[in-house]
Amino acid sequence: MPIIEDHTITADTFLSGIWKENPVFVMLLGMCPVLAVTNSVINALAMGLATTFVLLCSSTLVSLLRNFIPKEVRIATYIVIIATFVTITDYVIQAISLELYNALGAFIQLIVANCMILGRAEAYASKNRLLKTLTNSLGMGIGFTIALLSLGIVRELLGNGSLLGFSMFGEAFQPWVVMILPPGGFIVLGAWLLLFNWIKERNAALTLANERGTS
Amino acid sequence: MTQTVNSNQASSLSMLITLGGIAMLSGLLVVLTWQLTLGPIQENQRVMIEKAIFQVIPGAVQRQSYALSDEGLELINPKQKKLKKSEIKFYAAYDEEGQLKGIAAESAAQGYADMVRLLYGYDPECECIRGFSIIKMAETPGLGDKILVDENFLANFDALDARLSADKKGLQNPIITVKSGSKKNPWEVDAISGATITSKAVGKAINLGAEKLLPKLSAHLEKLKQMQAVPTTQVAKSTKEKAE
Repeated sequence: MPIIEDHTITADTFLSGIWKENPVFVMLLGMCPVLAVTNSVINALAMGLATTFVLLCSSTLVSLLRNFIPKEVRIATYIVIIATFVTITDYVIQAISLELYNALGAFIQLIVANCMILGRAEAYASKNRLLKTLTNSLGMGIGFTIALLSLGIVRELLGNGSLLGFSMFGEAFQPWVVMILPPGGFIVLGAWLLLFNWIKERNAALTLANERGTS
Repeated sequence: MTQTVNSNQASSLSMLITLGGIAMLSGLLVVLTWQLTLGPIQENQRVMIEKAIFQVIPGAVQRQSYALSDEGLELINPKQKKLKKSEIKFYAAYDEEGQLKGIAAESAAQGYADMVRLLYGYDPECECIRGFSIIKMAETPGLGDKILVDENFLANFDALDARLSADKKGLQNPIITVKSGSKKNPWEVDAISGATITSKAVGKAINLGAEKLLPKLSAHLEKLKQMQAVPTTQVAKSTKEKAE
């Protein structure tokens, strides 16, 4: 069956990744780096940007090649494309800073297994034109980075009393060490999900009330 | 997807061409990136090693790079890094008066995710390992990277025994990593529970490096002690060059 391509790019194409379909807070994809490397703001930012870079590059290639890739081998092709850009990212981060590379550890290589990226390739890039794919992927990447940052900021602030390494509360602050340990990741993610869903439900309820009011 | 509209099954040839083409393209991209980043990565590693030398040898302020081979000791320029296979590179570190404080050398062993590359510091006075610093690793954050912060683990390297055997052919006791909490001898490394594989990699890397370097080095230690260290100004200048 032929797929009718809708080429119109709306604000929603970009914004859906940040809010309505946020990969972390709504789709709960790529949880492994979300929980593991958000113990400081700089790690979260680096991971978010690295993932965004891989997402943008692989979506571009998948979108450009979408008419040439036979559907039987599409997943294998996507994985090879993603793995290529992950390897490139790996080298680039080593060239930027070895300290950052050592801090992110195995999670740079594990971007390959980030289901958000494969999901975008399969569900979006393989069906849409380049420009639309890029807009959507950029939104998704920014949404992912924002989510990682919101975890990173809370965890570093509470667990270490600092932001980007600068002390925020002075000497008297007793850090909540649990926050930078793995359990802290789950606690903070849970709190953010609660807040996110609460806002969403309240918005939905408000819209419903408004519709009833006007009709 | 649109290509398969007419025929439900794509031909094997087109699959082969697609996969082969993608593999070639990705190979090309990876090689290109590797070529472009090789220079900066090596420079980063050099800077990292220089920083690490003073970290693993407490009290040192100056350093010299040497290449050790069967023919003897040779002073080398760290920037010119082409070494023959039989040569071992190491660094001698001195304090302000030019006293030899210790020897630092690189080594590596397989960790959990990838090779763990580290620099270890050897103190010829007590014939022991005084510390180590990670040059490159890809261990799991929160687990493997505990080797950098775990106080009990780092305490292993206050004075890790690395005496040579009587015939000076190897270490008296090989440095081994033992199960957490079961360290009995000064040449054993107490592993971190939950990061055993990374702990073992550290012990193994130090053992490998020490076994290779120390027996050969012992004949040259006296010479190294008398060696004039680089004047402080020259070190300051080279640090400045690094910063640029």
